[in-house]
Amino acid sequence: MAKFQSLADAVADNLNDGDSAAFEGFTHLIPHAAAHEVIRQCRKDLTVMRMTPDMIYDQLIGMGCVKKMIFSFAGNPGVGLLRRFRDALENGWPHQLEIEEHSHAAMANAYEAGAAGLPCAIFRGYRGAELTRVNPNIKFVECPFSGENLATVPALRPDVAVIHALKANRNGDVFLEGITGVQKEAVLAAKRSIVTVEEIVDDFEGLSPNATVLPAWTVTSIAVVPGGAHPSYTQGYYGRDNGAYLEWDKIASDRDMFMDWMKANVLDQTPDIFAARVAHLKTQG
Amino acid sequence: MSTFTPTEMMTVAAARALSNDDVCFVGIGAPSAACNLARLTHAPDITLIYESGTIGTAPTVLPLSIGDGELCDTALNTVSVPEMFRYWLQGGRITVGFLGGAQLDRFGNINTTVVGDYDNPKVRLPGGGGAPEIAISCGEIFITMKQSTRGFVEKLDFITSLGHGKGGSDRADHGVHTKGPTRLITDLAVWQPDPQTKEFTVTSLHPGASRKDVQDTVGWPAKFADHVLETPAPSAEELQVLRDLQARTKAAHEGK
Repeated sequence: MAKFQSLADAVADNLNDGDSAAFEGFTHLIPHAAAHEVIRQCRKDLTVMRMTPDMIYDQLIGMGCVKKMIFSFAGNPGVGLLRRFRDALENGWPHQLEIEEHSHAAMANAYEAGAAGLPCAIFRGYRGAELTRVNPNIKFVECPFSGENLATVPALRPDVAVIHALKANRNGDVFLEGITGVQKEAVLAAKRSIVTVEEIVDDFEGLSPNATVLPAWTVTSIAVVPGGAHPSYTQGYYGRDNGAYLEWDKIASDRDMFMDWMKANVLDQTPDIFAARVAHLKTQG
Repeated sequence: MSTFTPTEMMTVAAARALSNDDVCFVGIGAPSAACNLARLTHAPDITLIYESGTIGTAPTVLPLSIGDGELCDTALNTVSVPEMFRYWLQGGRITVGFLGGAQLDRFGNINTTVVGDYDNPKVRLPGGGGAPEIAISCGEIFITMKQSTRGFVEKLDFITSLGHGKGGSDRADHGVHTKGPTRLITDLAVWQPDPQTKEFTVTSLHPGASRKDVQDTVGWPAKFADHVLETPAPSAEELQVLRDLQARTKAAHEGK
């Protein structure tokens, strides 16, 4: 049953050194505040996964928290390459980084398999693609009915899934809408989960019966962090801070500039700062 | 006729390749500009799908990222990412996929993974994202890229997504039965695969572009069709709509 906690307690209770963790979000609802708390608590040797690791993975890698990353697109979309990720892979700074690389279809299917309690995902993919040469976790099987050769990858089952959502009710049920990515699958696939939310409401009255809801008994910890996705966005609360993504490309381009920014904006801060960061991005309704 | 840039010509030529009946899997950057230009000009009912899950989206500005709120706000529906890749892409419901990349070869195979050796990269690129399955599951593929010898190479460092493989029937030999790359639209020309060899062949040169310009920016001996056409220059309307779209987009992304 979901437990309401401070973000610091939620991270301390759920994420250990050496764990595997999915900080999911597909442009929308990326759990920046939670990732910053992980950096402040100096977690080490993490195996992190996400379809679209962007700024928070650049930060986790640059701060030395990550041993291995499982991913399908490591870029700052529309802006460029992830510079801290590149520095780790190309120059081993701050240390060597292991990678396991997939396609989006593979990761989406692998989370779904994890949520479904299956050992692997099967899909029509990777034909003629060279990731099959460098990733031993991509194999092919023959369909026992049609004979078709299909790709298969292991299910993703992180120790911890970390997501940001719109709101929780007092019972601890969690609601998200808009671009929902693979967050529902990641939480259901994980052993434990941390969900940051914009607010807690009495109930979800008026929501569509088909809305995306994670019942309280599927969630481990909930922490209220208004603005906790910034510079990503929360549908109906605040818009995406595109300027911050453009700015990150400059900050991450230089090791010293990166470290100075992390000290000023992460290490010397608390989750309370996120509400102020979205004040100028608030949307109606 | 006002003047236009090679990038504008590329975008307009790519937009013209799309029809009102297309269901299009859109990537960020040049493809997004082309698809939305088509929607705002000759193909108002085109269905644009972004891999973030937005179906039938009609943004007023181009998204900076594949999952901007604008895409969801204007979509007919937004589905989860597993559903997008399973039911919509793998299910064969997309007529055209747009791809680009860091490196391209003469058969339309694309590299967006790494320059140099995979385990010891010179430049680590973002990776494939949706491309490996877009390349095999969409009805056909359009590729947009600016020509350069760095990008148009004799041999890819890494095959992220399959085009026509080694040419001929290689694509079908991989068990892939969609058409693959049917058009390559660059800042200089439109290329189409030779019906037999599947090698990209220049079928139309953009205004002002010469055969030498094409050859100088390609790392293999470029092939030209028997009758190479001249791409019609962008119309005043096409240019106006594209420039208005880009101006709105620039203002929005600077946080205005």
